[in-house]
Amino acid sequence: MHHLSLYLHFVKLRIRSQMEYRFSFLFDLLSQASISVIDFFMIALLFNRFKELAGWSLWEVGFLYGIIGVCFAVAEMIGRGFDVFQNSVVRGDFDTILIRPLGTFFQVFSQDFLLRRVGRFSQAFVILLIANSQLTISWSFVKVGYLLVSLVSGTCFFVALFVIGATSCFWTIQSIEIVNIFTNGGVFMGSYPFSIYRRWFRHFFTFIIPLACVNYFPALFLMEKVVPSGVSTLGVYLAPFAGFLFFGITMLFWRWGVLHYQSTGH
Amino acid sequence: MIEVENLSKTFKVYHHRKGFFGSFVNLFSRKHRIVEAVDNVSFSIKRGEVVGYLGPNGAGKSTTLKMLTGILVPTSGSVRVNGYIPHRQRKENAKHIGVVFGQRSHLWFDLPVQESFELLQRIYRIPQVQYNQNVEMFDGLLNIGEFFRTPVRQLSLGQRMRADIAAALLHDPEVLFLDEPTIGLDVVAKARIRQFIQQINTERQVTVVLTTHDLDDVEKLCKRVILIDKARLCFDGELAALRRLLSTERILSVDYAETYSDISIPNAHVTYREGNRVQYQFSPEEISTADLIGAILQRFKIVDISVQDPDIEELIKTVYEDNRALEQKLTETTAIDLTNRDT
Repeated sequence: MHHLSLYLHFVKLRIRSQMEYRFSFLFDLLSQASISVIDFFMIALLFNRFKELAGWSLWEVGFLYGIIGVCFAVAEMIGRGFDVFQNSVVRGDFDTILIRPLGTFFQVFSQDFLLRRVGRFSQAFVILLIANSQLTISWSFVKVGYLLVSLVSGTCFFVALFVIGATSCFWTIQSIEIVNIFTNGGVFMGSYPFSIYRRWFRHFFTFIIPLACVNYFPALFLMEKVVPSGVSTLGVYLAPFAGFLFFGITMLFWRWGVLHYQSTGH
Repeated sequence: MIEVENLSKTFKVYHHRKGFFGSFVNLFSRKHRIVEAVDNVSFSIKRGEVVGYLGPNGAGKSTTLKMLTGILVPTSGSVRVNGYIPHRQRKENAKHIGVVFGQRSHLWFDLPVQESFELLQRIYRIPQVQYNQNVEMFDGLLNIGEFFRTPVRQLSLGQRMRADIAAALLHDPEVLFLDEPTIGLDVVAKARIRQFIQQINTERQVTVVLTTHDLDDVEKLCKRVILIDKARLCFDGELAALRRLLSTERILSVDYAETYSDISIPNAHVTYREGNRVQYQFSPEEISTADLIGAILQRFKIVDISVQDPDIEELIKTVYEDNRALEQKLTETTAIDLTNRDT
């Protein structure tokens, strides 16, 4: 409870300071949302020409896009502290975190909150709603629960990627850019059905970096699509937990990384 | 209170190749060298002591403090602060220590001082009564009230330092670590902070460990000093003892009437020469002051001559420059100076 109330207090302070510049905030919000609208527009253009992609219609892909978009937007909003962690290490701010009687993971997590990602979030969410209205998904309690768990898990997945990037700073000072391939690139890749990719690629993004578990497997389940050969049905049921597992592993990685922190200017 | 035994810290310093291709190569092969930042340092500090932890830049002062505060993990050796091992029981240790780094603020840059303090109250779970009492007391001693509602980023250096020190003491820590608390401050601000540290120490029995380059800080605050140089401990004892130990070396300043090419005198060495002004350093055991003056008068014409005991800054400089000579002296006089050091 102490941690939760502290977190909410930190978030309140962050939001307040971001709202101080109201015009710039609104402008960011709008530009964020419109950039992501263009994103989906590109996908729609493609479908104007091909009608379907590996057996997926435009709005089925829209559903995929919506889920991953929501997860990524929320992850950017709450995982900002890890995303910009490089600066903390360079400035030596991490020293301050280490002298406080709170966990390092918690402190970095609550250090920042990027409210303007609400723009991106709402755009993805609207696409998800439209896709849902265009599709005939038979919703049940199980499916709603499954979707909610998937969204939380997918958010954890992206936060975990930020954590990996942040942890690498303990050795390299500079965040490894390669993580961006998986975050921004992941959203792009995840916006298409995984069956279009090559086998090794699918395996890598299922078992090593569980990107396919964020939206592809959940979408298969929710839309009751035919499970492709080579994919186990049980795997589809369990997919939403991959994000939690991945998150847990990166937390351990983080803990180990902290022990290697060298500080600055000895 | 603080026990440090055979503490060492080594850093791997990587050689960075430059340019685009270089940074690519860096990913796969990195040359490094090992830098010893702290080498086999041991000391213990009792409750209520004020200890100056001194050394030149890069000697390993900050690294030691960072190991005592749980920021860095030691390479070898053991540390205990209030019975806690800082890097393993970091959170527990953090509740009982206060930390101030002169070069950097631990407060929230864009928040007013008051809100920073209230955040700390939440983080450390300080009871309201204790919080109010402390804020009132710090306002009385450091006048933090005059900038209590100003954002930290708008504070002057002196105000910021006052705010930072008060913030570090809000949760009533038993030990206060100060890394260059008076750096960059004017004389008035320095005096105020020194007085505050002294008061906190006497009234609350707070143990204080401070690093500084300002020897006034040391003279005003610290009975005991620990000197480290090139990562090693080279003196641990009372400030007075250090001065006694080293003040056997004296300095003779002479203004010559003419410019001489050879001004060397046996048993005294020239430490400074500019124009006709020359300083000799000598040890009265090797040559008495009278003999030295006699030798000079015999050979040269002089305008002025004076003998002085080196001030503490000079003393410490000699320690840094001539570590080995000191060690030798220490072994000779250990009996006097180090036996009363308890463990």
